[in-house]
Amino acid sequence: MKSLRKFVDKIKPHFSKGGKFEKLHSTFEAFESFLFVPNRVTTKGAHIRDALDMKRTMIIVVAAAVPALLFGMWNTGYQHNLSIGMEATIWENFVFGFLKVLPIIVVSYVVGLGIEFAVAQIRGHEVNEGFLVSGFLIPLIVPVDVPLWMVALATAFAVIIGKEVFGGTGMNILNPALTARAFLFFAYPGWMSGDTIWIQGLKSGEGVIDGFSGATPLANAAAGLFENLPSTWEMFLGTIPGSIGETSVIAILIGAVILIATGIGSWKIMLSMAAGGLVMGLLFNLIASNPFMEIPAWHHLIMGGFAFGAVFMATDPVTAAQTERGKWIYGFLAGIFAVLIRVINPAYPEGVMLAILLMNVFAPLIDHYVIEANIKKRRLRAKS
Amino acid sequence: MSDREPLFSSRNIKLLTNPLNVDNPITVQVLGICSALAITVKLEPAVVMAISVMVVLVVSNVVISALRKMIPPRIRIIVQLTVIATMVILVDQVLKAFAYEVSKQLSVFVGLIITNCIIMGRLEAFAMSNRPWTAFLDGIGNSAGYGLILIIVGFLRELFGSGEIWGYPVFEKIGIYNIGYENNGFMILPPMALIIIGVIIWVQRSRTKELIEES
Repeated sequence: MKSLRKFVDKIKPHFSKGGKFEKLHSTFEAFESFLFVPNRVTTKGAHIRDALDMKRTMIIVVAAAVPALLFGMWNTGYQHNLSIGMEATIWENFVFGFLKVLPIIVVSYVVGLGIEFAVAQIRGHEVNEGFLVSGFLIPLIVPVDVPLWMVALATAFAVIIGKEVFGGTGMNILNPALTARAFLFFAYPGWMSGDTIWIQGLKSGEGVIDGFSGATPLANAAAGLFENLPSTWEMFLGTIPGSIGETSVIAILIGAVILIATGIGSWKIMLSMAAGGLVMGLLFNLIASNPFMEIPAWHHLIMGGFAFGAVFMATDPVTAAQTERGKWIYGFLAGIFAVLIRVINPAYPEGVMLAILLMNVFAPLIDHYVIEANIKKRRLRAKS
Repeated sequence: MSDREPLFSSRNIKLLTNPLNVDNPITVQVLGICSALAITVKLEPAVVMAISVMVVLVVSNVVISALRKMIPPRIRIIVQLTVIATMVILVDQVLKAFAYEVSKQLSVFVGLIITNCIIMGRLEAFAMSNRPWTAFLDGIGNSAGYGLILIIVGFLRELFGSGEIWGYPVFEKIGIYNIGYENNGFMILPPMALIIIGVIIWVQRSRTKELIEES
């Protein structure tokens, strides 16, 4: 550790003002503060600093998403071997999935961080840590077979158009990871929806056993094939086809516990989004004009990406509502729209992504009215 | 006529060149966005649309400018609309007669040229108070500025959305489909046109100093 510190100190003058690599100052800064706690002190204003800085916040979110990723890796192998009718051990399944998922993670990080660093150099900013999370979440919400160049393109789109044009981390209106997914979804629908893309190798059809269906539970439900629906336990455990990290509700709940315990993810958003989904599901149960509307309301919470969206996407502190009362409204509406799009619109079998992006757009408006209402209330109180 | 200036004085040249860059109707004044999103899926309709708008704008500009002293101010908008509508119907009929396929692709958007804000804007802001010749130049300049953006957007959207340029399958001939390339379906959808126009505005503003706003 000491020799590392010495090395960093030795090369530091080159990157400071007037040094050889002055232009790369923010790159150096990013790596230095990644390795060591910065020795900067506050010179004016408040002197209280929270130990929880942005880097640590981001790392905790990544840690919370690790169970979903590990399960996703295993599930990738499990589903693949299921489709070709092979028996495999847990370990074999995991290694197979690991080798399939790792390139997506690498591409997402290399492209996203590359752009972040480049932009930081051009603008003379410090490199922001925001992409640590986005880069980790993007691989979790795409199907495993998606071509890598598409991941690269979508990541670049999300970082540049979704984030940097608004001023970088903390300024973005839309969740970058979901922006990347939405881009893929609209640009390359052949790789993002359908029955064959969720399981590795099913699209090429090599060695797949006869009559094997790779349809997700949502696709089955939307098509009215309720006899093909996996059992509740399977959907809860996550041994179903789907995007890499979204299938296992258990793994996601572990992440939710980590996020709530550390105070990083808002439990209000998670709870209200689940409530919104339930309410909409119950409402559909009452209408019940087609079989999809009649499935138990709580099934919506464990099908598709609802749990993942509620825990990791809707709670993004930048794009969610900021006010406490606003969070309830924001989450509740996200849940309602997610189930609404799912059941009503046959073109979008999964509505969670679109619902959260829509609520991202409305979050500032919700905050505005919550604040206005509070001002009004206090003014009334002052009068009386 | 002491103030008679040469036909292509520097002031008149500016009428032609300003709308191409610092006074562009789409990227700076942000007018006519609706049609720019709707008909730029392919290059051909974009070019036809640009030409149609040019004809309508130039002729209406000249006509209104010639009539400007006779038009009672209170009903000037109605007079302007009558002139525009006449031109649009003419253009529509010509397209239907000689370019039926394109006319079908453009569908209602030829008719909607009537409501194109650029045309009303130029008539109201320029033709009503300038001589026919300058109004003519102004019409050419503004419709060229509009058409330029339309063609850029149409080119990009057709190339990346359908892999073609003017219906010629470029990407197929190069053979990049064989190595796994696929057309970007998002390019076909109107939101992407908006994003492309946004990027054009971004590039233009960062290159043109006088457009950068003081913060």
